[in-house]
Amino acid sequence: MHTNSLYQEVILDHNRKPRNYGKLDHASHHATGHNPLCGDRLDITLQLEDDQINSIAFQGESCAICKASASMMTAAVKGKSRANAETLIHEFRELATGKLDTNQPHHLGRLTVFSGIRDLPTRVKCAILPWHTLHAALNSLDSASTEADDSAPAMPNHS
Amino acid sequence: MTPVNASLKSDVSSSPDWEKIRADFPILQLKIEGKPLAYLDNAASSQMPQQVIDRLVRYQTTQHANINRAVHYLSEVATLEYHNARCKLQQFINAREDREVIFTSGTTDSINLVMHGYGRKFIKAGDEIILTTLEHHSNIVPWQMLANEKGATIRVVPINDKGELDIDEYEKLFNERTKFVGLIHVSNALGTINPIKGMIDFAHRHGVPVLIDGAQAAPHITIDVQALDCDFYTFSAHKLCGPTGIGILYGKAALLEAMQPFKGGGDMITSVTFEKTIYNTIPHKFEAGTPPIAAAIGFGAAVDYLTAIGIEQIAAYELGLLEYATACLNDIPGVRIIGTAAEKTAVISFAIDGIHPHDIGTILNQDGVAVRTGHHCAQPVMQRFNVPATSRASFAFYNKKTEVDALVAGIKTVQKIFL
Ligand SMILES: Cc1ncc(COP(=O)(O)O)c(C=O)c1O
Repeated sequence: MHTNSLYQEVILDHNRKPRNYGKLDHASHHATGHNPLCGDRLDITLQLEDDQINSIAFQGESCAICKASASMMTAAVKGKSRANAETLIHEFRELATGKLDTNQPHHLGRLTVFSGIRDLPTRVKCAILPWHTLHAALNSLDSASTEADDSAPAMPNHS
Repeated sequence: MTPVNASLKSDVSSSPDWEKIRADFPILQLKIEGKPLAYLDNAASSQMPQQVIDRLVRYQTTQHANINRAVHYLSEVATLEYHNARCKLQQFINAREDREVIFTSGTTDSINLVMHGYGRKFIKAGDEIILTTLEHHSNIVPWQMLANEKGATIRVVPINDKGELDIDEYEKLFNERTKFVGLIHVSNALGTINPIKGMIDFAHRHGVPVLIDGAQAAPHITIDVQALDCDFYTFSAHKLCGPTGIGILYGKAALLEAMQPFKGGGDMITSVTFEKTIYNTIPHKFEAGTPPIAAAIGFGAAVDYLTAIGIEQIAAYELGLLEYATACLNDIPGVRIIGTAAEKTAVISFAIDGIHPHDIGTILNQDGVAVRTGHHCAQPVMQRFNVPATSRASFAFYNKKTEVDALVAGIKTVQKIFL
């Protein structure tokens, strides 16, 4: 896998100009995600009405992979039902950990640009963090951590 | 015993043949993503020369048995070699006696030993422990655990914008409640070399013992614990071209004798009944259970290897790399070096405007360049410089200028991708 096929223009573009960046004033649900490996954090706020995500925003300090993943995620789940969002969360986790067969029908669309991440186990968590956090927000868990994720390999946190 | 010699001329006046020394390290021949490996993560763990690998193999193939137990041949050889390794470490740090050198599993383990053995016995409610902003988490967390347990307080020495300790503030922290000082010799995150001799003397004038975390110092600075007069000194073998899972704690004999054991079990006792256990003498009191015998012997071989090259020669060569790399990185617009102390080891932490260290690390890896990205287990340092993380290149004596060039080229690629 070549890194440049990961840092594709779509990802670089979402990193440069993140969509839905910021914080909703009247959020019905929110959660903060942490990646203790690098100290990154991400806040997600969203407005759920009749089980549909009417609006969603994210903000935080993170790497390009995490930021682009969050940006594309918010664009993908806006207007979707909670159930559809959970399906995307599941499929994205499967994609990032190399378990999704992209030849079978799925709902990820352009999010498949992240398929290369499976070859960089140290970075899988960066891509998944926004999705974890969204899952936590939808389930009113307040916070999420990549370390609670058993789908990604545990990475050492050492110097 | 076959001496372990580095590949160099024994003539001290001439400078070592660094190319030949580099060839001692088989792992440096690796290719990563088709590019030659430029291993610049030596502060995390350094690589092992063939001489040390061979020593491990020789032990395992001809000398292994449990130590301090049986009277058979192998047990005697293993016991002797384990003891010899301790004596090599004693000489390496110029300790007065070999029983002042305790084998631990590494720096973290050593500090926990002192926290449990010394801290839990002698630190009381209301006492104060002085640490510095530069400490690695391993010299923070154990003391926090102790402070919480005892109701003691931690006081922290600040640093300036270059990453140097504020010695005036250090001295002002002392009062009659001060009972312990934990001090990092060389910062793993920034490379700052701290003026520990003066700091130890100052603490002693207040009757306060000092533990030095030498994990980043021992590979680059000649350590003389008697000249330093420190009470405890610790480092890990894996940063000194030795194996993982082994390190030492040096402690002054009188202190070690006054301390309570950390772990209980076999080897650390003189006699056991269910009513009472009599503890063994030092160092055995602190070495419960079967130790990593092979690793200890490998550690001895590693310090032999480094001593044969000469720590001073190593430091001088690495300083050349540091100066070259610093100049190169300062020349790249948008790159900022974090940690610019006057006295530094060959460590460069840096930030690139607008680009997260993890993205930098991933892209550098594509060029075969291995750097560390993250908080380096030193989050207080990151907070002081207002960054969540940095990228860090750390050099060893087997690195060469062309590897610095590979780093520079990689940084330029990173900047181009994120333009
Ligand atoms: C300054 C410093 N102290 C302590 C440690 C911990 O060493 P170890 O992980 O070998 O216990 C390290 C390295 O990880 C370090 O750089």
